[in-house]
Amino acid sequence: MRALVIAAGVLAAGAASADELRVEIELPRMSVAEYHRPYVALWIARPDQSVVSHLDVWYQQEDGPEGAGETWLVDIRQWWRRIGRTLELDTDGVSRPTRPPGQHTMSYQLPALPPGDYLLNVEAAREVGGRELIGVPFRVSSNRVVEASAQGENELGAINMRISR
Amino acid sequence: MKKQTSFSSLLRVLALAASASICAIGAASAHRMWITPSAFTLSGEEQWITVDGAISNDLFFANHVPLTSDALIVTRPDGQSGEIENAATGRFRTVFDVQLNQQGTYRIAETGALFFAEWQENGETQRRRGSLEQLRSGGVLAHDGVRLMRSARRVETYVTLGAPNETALRPTGQGLELRPLTHPNDIFAGEPARFVLLQNGEPAAGLQVEIVKGDDRYAEAVQSQTLTSAADGSISFTPQQVGRYWLASQAEGVAEMDGVPMRQLLTYTLTFEVVQP
Repeated sequence: MRALVIAAGVLAAGAASADELRVEIELPRMSVAEYHRPYVALWIARPDQSVVSHLDVWYQQEDGPEGAGETWLVDIRQWWRRIGRTLELDTDGVSRPTRPPGQHTMSYQLPALPPGDYLLNVEAAREVGGRELIGVPFRVSSNRVVEASAQGENELGAINMRISR
Repeated sequence: MKKQTSFSSLLRVLALAASASICAIGAASAHRMWITPSAFTLSGEEQWITVDGAISNDLFFANHVPLTSDALIVTRPDGQSGEIENAATGRFRTVFDVQLNQQGTYRIAETGALFFAEWQENGETQRRRGSLEQLRSGGVLAHDGVRLMRSARRVETYVTLGAPNETALRPTGQGLELRPLTHPNDIFAGEPARFVLLQNGEPAAGLQVEIVKGDDRYAEAVQSQTLTSAADGSISFTPQQVGRYWLASQAEGVAEMDGVPMRQLLTYTLTFEVVQP
């Protein structure tokens, strides 16, 4: 929970309540000879890419025939630079195994975001595949429900998000 | 009869001597000394990297002569010396492995110094090179009018496992060095990178620094820029493209070793990676 705890500290001033963030991510089905599930990271950033809250990272958590799964975390480049390299993955409670192609719905509890502009960043990197980073812009103002969406091109499909408080 | 050789002609001699051997000196001979790792940034608990060291015109293709392997230094994230493993020198490159078993930044360098002597004997120019001790014991230093030159180099790169740290970045205070203000594994396209050029630990002003993008063999015109270090020794540049880059600088001056005065040429090169922001 470390990342979330840090975010809670940063946001405490403006946080009267908690937000529930629902995210739908589509991982496209690839017609390729060699397919590996992508590594995917999710986080909330400000427009200048400074990190507000780390949400999730999906990676191969068991060591496989090709070595430790953490070896390829560096390929989630932007996430690795901003968050991953200083995160204690074993203890943070915000990581989980990779997921197959298809639609995935996640729900996160986070301290209420102060009014302002944000990005929901979703970054995917696939072994012998590509890498894609989608920033879904959204604006928080007072206590309204926020909805936003974006469409990936290669490694990510449709991304929908909704914040309610 | 030729009485005295000018310093510039001595430099030419040195460049010639260097390009014919394995001690080419950077820009003076247009042969570039470089070290390049298999990865600059890694994740996980422990990793291995393999490293190439060579001198070539094309960055980073080993197609001329290998870098020497007897003065390789690995500085680990805690500041201690690391091990070089599986070192081998082929026709065109030196290759070695480094195990990264500490989180943080590693500095991988090849350093060395060579002395060149030139004097007139019976109307002919004589030249020798070697260590100062070799020149002394060979009687070279005893010749009338002998001119000496010391050429010292540092060829290096940085690699980070996990989060970067600063310990291995600390200057040694010897020769020409670059003190990173921007971490060398945190250089991003479109973002300024800043360094301070140091000579024997002190800011070196007014020195030229050349920055060349790798893969120049595929470019119609070599993508390079030449900067001059500011009064505080600093340089700043904003790479626009991702990829591997080579940075080099040289300082000329005088030195005295064991009471022997001599010309000095200090060379520094750095290989670094620019990534997408």
